[in-house]
Amino acid sequence: MFNTMAMQKEKPKRTDDGNYRQSQQFWTGIRIIILTLLSIFALFPVVWVVSASFNPSQSMQSQSLIPAGIDSPEELLTNYNTLLTTKPFTRWVTNSVITSTITSVTTVMITALSAYSFSRFRFSGRRSLMLFILLVQVFPNLLAMVAVYLMLLQLGEYLPFLGLNTLGGLIMVYVGGAMGINIWLMKGFFDSVPRDIDESALVDGATHWQTYWMLIFPLVRPILIVVGILSFVGTFNEFVLARVLLLGNEDAKTLMVGLWGFIGDNFAKDWGIFAAGAVLGAIPTLVIYLLLQDQIVGGLTQGSVKG
Amino acid sequence: MSAATTDAPRGAPSGALSSGTIGVLLRYGGLFIVDAFALLLIYMLAADGVWELAVFIAIVTIIVNIINLREDLKPLRWISPALALMALFVIYPIIYTVYVAFTNYGDGNFYPKGSLVNQLLEMQFVPDDGVEYDYTAYRNEAGEYALWLTDADGKHFFITVGNAMTPATLPENGELPESYEGYTLLPNSERFRALQDLENIAFGEGENLIGIRSGNAVASKDRYAHDAAADTLTDLQSGVVYTGDDSIGFFVDKTGYEAALAADTAADIQPFLLANERFSRGAGYRILVGLNNFERFFTSPALNGPLLRIFLWTVTFALLSVITTFSVGLLIALLLQANTPGKRFFRTLLIVPYAIPALISVSVWKGMLNDNFGVVSNFLESILNTQIPFFSDPVWAKVGILLINLWLGYPYFMLVCSGALAAIPSDMYEAAKVDGANTWQQFQSLTLPMLLVAVGPLLIASFTYNFNNFVLIEAYNEGGPPIFGTPTPAGHTDILISYAFRLAFGTGRGADYGLASAITIVIFAMVVVVTLFQFRFTGSWEETSKNV
Repeated sequence: MFNTMAMQKEKPKRTDDGNYRQSQQFWTGIRIIILTLLSIFALFPVVWVVSASFNPSQSMQSQSLIPAGIDSPEELLTNYNTLLTTKPFTRWVTNSVITSTITSVTTVMITALSAYSFSRFRFSGRRSLMLFILLVQVFPNLLAMVAVYLMLLQLGEYLPFLGLNTLGGLIMVYVGGAMGINIWLMKGFFDSVPRDIDESALVDGATHWQTYWMLIFPLVRPILIVVGILSFVGTFNEFVLARVLLLGNEDAKTLMVGLWGFIGDNFAKDWGIFAAGAVLGAIPTLVIYLLLQDQIVGGLTQGSVKG
Repeated sequence: MSAATTDAPRGAPSGALSSGTIGVLLRYGGLFIVDAFALLLIYMLAADGVWELAVFIAIVTIIVNIINLREDLKPLRWISPALALMALFVIYPIIYTVYVAFTNYGDGNFYPKGSLVNQLLEMQFVPDDGVEYDYTAYRNEAGEYALWLTDADGKHFFITVGNAMTPATLPENGELPESYEGYTLLPNSERFRALQDLENIAFGEGENLIGIRSGNAVASKDRYAHDAAADTLTDLQSGVVYTGDDSIGFFVDKTGYEAALAADTAADIQPFLLANERFSRGAGYRILVGLNNFERFFTSPALNGPLLRIFLWTVTFALLSVITTFSVGLLIALLLQANTPGKRFFRTLLIVPYAIPALISVSVWKGMLNDNFGVVSNFLESILNTQIPFFSDPVWAKVGILLINLWLGYPYFMLVCSGALAAIPSDMYEAAKVDGANTWQQFQSLTLPMLLVAVGPLLIASFTYNFNNFVLIEAYNEGGPPIFGTPTPAGHTDILISYAFRLAFGTGRGADYGLASAITIVIFAMVVVVTLFQFRFTGSWEETSKNV
């Protein structure tokens, strides 16, 4: 029965082939128009802030899309000059880079160890421990902010380098907070490496440490690098914890906390300088995301299929 | 913590013995360093009465030791650094949040009673009949200060911290010496900066102390005397006797307090104590207050005035954010699915919002929506002939937030939906076509249900994420415009988490960590309910548990 219906359905299509193609083209046109409009929505803020950063007049009021009244190419860089000479911009960037580098490297090293153990050893309590780690992660990091703040306040009295208003304290909070989810992520990667590889090595008398360090680690290194880069970017862009935990120390401000400082009463007046900072601050992330587009899409869709 | 990065020898082959021995040495060495460090920290914490942290660190250290010393727990060695870090920076804060929620911890009640009393006993005051000196500051290489003093009769003295005042003689030229007893005269440029340090230092020893007050060095005395048996603090300056009242966490002037309380029996104790100046209130200390914070949160009309409103907006905001971002994301995914020319090009353009740090994105939008000069609001003004108050009007502020969140959030669903759409087997579409379903029917009865199965959990995750989307709310307008007439600082666009943040770190009224922690726990309970619902709804917990 279905077959006959299908055949009936197919027939008119074949006769109106020209019409069909025309309507196909029409819909493709509509598609492209909608996509173009959405792309304008997506890109306009980016174009606008880039334009603002090159506009020599610093106020929001006098900005035009194409910077007007330019006499020399140097004038285009007025805001960048002001940013780099009158604001501690390089200091912020340095702080951010230090924090993010240490955080991402430490996180990857420590979580890779745990992931290896969860992936390769079988021990009692392994399952419960993994589920516990996942469950703890349900508690949003942000919600414990008050407690983390008070804890660093106390720790700082004894270990000044880990206290409030220090990069050390912030790094520890980042590293500690990122453990759970990354262990899960990496265990998945380790699971994808065939067990035969390390089992034969173990039979040959290698220790687990040797197997891990000389065999498995080099195999998963590309993925670890991607995870590390994403962790770097995430830390680089983190703002809430950094703002609360570094509140009292101008010298320890990270880039995002520093940029946040522009948004105040003088926002409209300092718009150009902020724009220059925003452009410089967004470039690393933007480049990394666009380069790693496929890996990120892969990771996300994998998540969606797995739940 | 590096202890666990090494592994014990497997014992069997003799060739691996030497490297195995090094491994053991490294492990014990690392463990020793961790233990020494932890013990020192525990000792210092315990000595100051910070018991909660001391005990927790002790427990973590013991567990790490057991794991690394017992041969049968070898697999856990690999995990122990991660576990220790998680315990300290995730689990402890959770436990501590619960603890703080049951205390009156806040600006007015910051220290436990013991350390508060110790601090008060160190305070000095200058009696009216005190002797005044002119002073000049000196400093040695260790950064310790000393003072050169000159009294009204022109006699000179030198005084350091911890040593009694000694007479000194001015050099023949009548000018202060550049250096004296290892201390160097502070250059003019540094004097002002040093003033703040100097004001907190008590020079001299024992009873005869010298402090800097309003530009002079003066002999000072202990401000408070503590009677542990009667639990009273006597303010020697004013003569008032404060009695510790452990039920409210304050040293109070008893008669005054009781009179004030009798006059206002309905008063809410905590704010009453912090605000009331009709009686002489002494210093506050931290105590357990039971369910008081939760009670205040739920029952006090002063607090829950904005609460219901904030809760409703939190849910509305999260819901609308998910709906808008998902719809636009799905639309784009569908548009990109067919063989549209320039597919990858459009995807790269449309992914851009996802690749920009959220704070920067929100700030740029904030500039573009700026009431007076923003490009978007100017554009709208030229069309509509009226200014859209994106920041001062409650409704428009919410519209602005949702618009920005749409921009921030659709690329995620675009990517996720693209993946999920690609995973729907194409023969199902063939079958649907064969059944005579048109495009809309196909979408409605095939694409959407299949998609929702795959994306459903992520929709709920997105809901919980937005439920706590602090960055957006804070960066857009710090919760503003403010709701007028509320006793706690709250704004029309505040969501629960930003409201809790304002209570904890809010300016003006002083921090109230106890109440903020109580709200945190309430928010957490809501998140748990949503998460449990998610697990139940999707069965993902069972699936996850199986896959471990």
